[in-house]
Amino acid sequence: MNTCKLITVAGPPSSGKTSVIIKLIESIAGFKEQCGVIKFDCLSSLDEEQYTKYGITSRTGLAGNLCPDHYFVSNIEECLQWAYAKSFNYLITESAGLCNRCAPHLKDMLAVCILDNLSGINTPLKTGPMLKLADVIVVTKSDLVSQAEREVFRFKIQQVNTKAPVLFINGITGQGADKLATFIEKSKSVDDVTSLKLRFSMPSALCSYCLGETRVGSDYQIGINRKIKL
Amino acid sequence: METDEILHLPISKIFETYPVALDFFKSFGLEYKDNEQSFLQTIEPLTDDYWELYGTNKEELISTFTDFIIGISNFTAVQKVETLEVIAGVDKSGKHEECSLFLRPGEITCIVGPTGSGKSRLLSDIEWLANTDTPTKRKVLINGKLPDDDFKNSVGGKLVAQITQNMNFVLDLNVYDFLILHAQSRFLDNPEHKVTEVIALANELCGEKFSPDTPLTFLSGGQSRALMIADVACIGQAPIVLIDEIENAGVDKKKALELLVNKEKIVLMATHDPLLILLADQRVIINNGGMSKLLFTSESERKYYHKLEELDSTIQAARQFFRMGGELSCNDD
Repeated sequence: MNTCKLITVAGPPSSGKTSVIIKLIESIAGFKEQCGVIKFDCLSSLDEEQYTKYGITSRTGLAGNLCPDHYFVSNIEECLQWAYAKSFNYLITESAGLCNRCAPHLKDMLAVCILDNLSGINTPLKTGPMLKLADVIVVTKSDLVSQAEREVFRFKIQQVNTKAPVLFINGITGQGADKLATFIEKSKSVDDVTSLKLRFSMPSALCSYCLGETRVGSDYQIGINRKIKL
Repeated sequence: METDEILHLPISKIFETYPVALDFFKSFGLEYKDNEQSFLQTIEPLTDDYWELYGTNKEELISTFTDFIIGISNFTAVQKVETLEVIAGVDKSGKHEECSLFLRPGEITCIVGPTGSGKSRLLSDIEWLANTDTPTKRKVLINGKLPDDDFKNSVGGKLVAQITQNMNFVLDLNVYDFLILHAQSRFLDNPEHKVTEVIALANELCGEKFSPDTPLTFLSGGQSRALMIADVACIGQAPIVLIDEIENAGVDKKKALELLVNKEKIVLMATHDPLLILLADQRVIINNGGMSKLLFTSESERKYYHKLEELDSTIQAARQFFRMGGELSCNDD
């Protein structure tokens, strides 16, 4: 029977998602051969080359003019079929994480959120469901900041997500990546795509701009709109 | 606090006990007109619009809030580490390690060994309370026992504070405001007093003084290091402090170590400086990923330390002399 552990990794741009995934895969002997990575991005991505350089099988999905999170959820089935066909035991998806409104996290599948310790003290409060609903939170680049800033950053994370353990991982040396690997090993697997469910619903956006409108002004706005309170 | 209490207490009471609960209200955009209402009453009037906007529902928000409050009350629970033992595992070639490590608050242990010898591995074993589940197969005992899961979950990853050469302050805040933030995140009583103490101590450790309103990012290398040490000693949560090669940091190393020892920290120090090595109570030699030898600083080594210290102060004096524009004349020896 086809079965595979699916891990969703999300985080703001340049937070070190690709580096952490590579270090994670390298931290376990023989993991590379059992694992595929799918990178979701918007317009372009060079990460596939990066993965290839480390001998990791990966594919890229570009959302183009679609919302990247919608693109993710409408393609996850095909991704899993790909992983089954390759007889992988693990499928890791890496997503762009752009508007902070959505999260690619799926119920029962291990959800990882990656944040950058250099990104400012209020980043955790601004990050939304991809942090709030994650099972494990990884903080990168913390070797560059003071212990005090690390502790305050962790505290801010725990205000948003009280339950998830916070791991500090160095994306360059890989220090701490093996701890993340223990969570991956304990995670659940999926054999039926249709049993999957998003942890968080996508925004109810269907307006004229979704359909290609470019003109500005109330006259051109049809569908679901919300007005700013000033 | 019990779940019932959290939900039914007037929110003014909750803010009083846990001021950070205000942050929770802010991050969920919760408005309250009346402080005397309970959390349940506060969220009662929320409409579907709100639930949609924040992508949650009533039950979820209630459980998030109770988790949050219970989470921070656990966070404040202090775990006292009286002793910490690292029981020998294996080195990189699978050979049994030659010795175990025994650490106590107020003691300094040096970790000696070439780069890449496995110092970081030893630290992460301690940090995550290894129990034969890491490549080294080491076991870490706290207060003589293998820590249970509760202990692991509450302190895992919070045991070791690090101070290294390439760390910097990056936040756009001044020294005082930042330290207050740190003290509040630790739920310390009287944070203002604590912060003033930390700034005074840091100023003792470094040559040039800085004021509380200096922006963090303006601090010099020496000032930053001094502040990090004082902060770790007085505000930081970790019972174990790792100092990594700070010999050139421009701080009074001896005073810095004294401060950490006085604050009952378990001090681990990775260094190549013979003065620092001899200041320690013991040193563990790491080789090929394994602990290969444990040495206690002997009486004769302590005597040797004083000799080295004299040499060192001669060099310091010379440095000061030339720095201030001094010149040796040919008559001087």
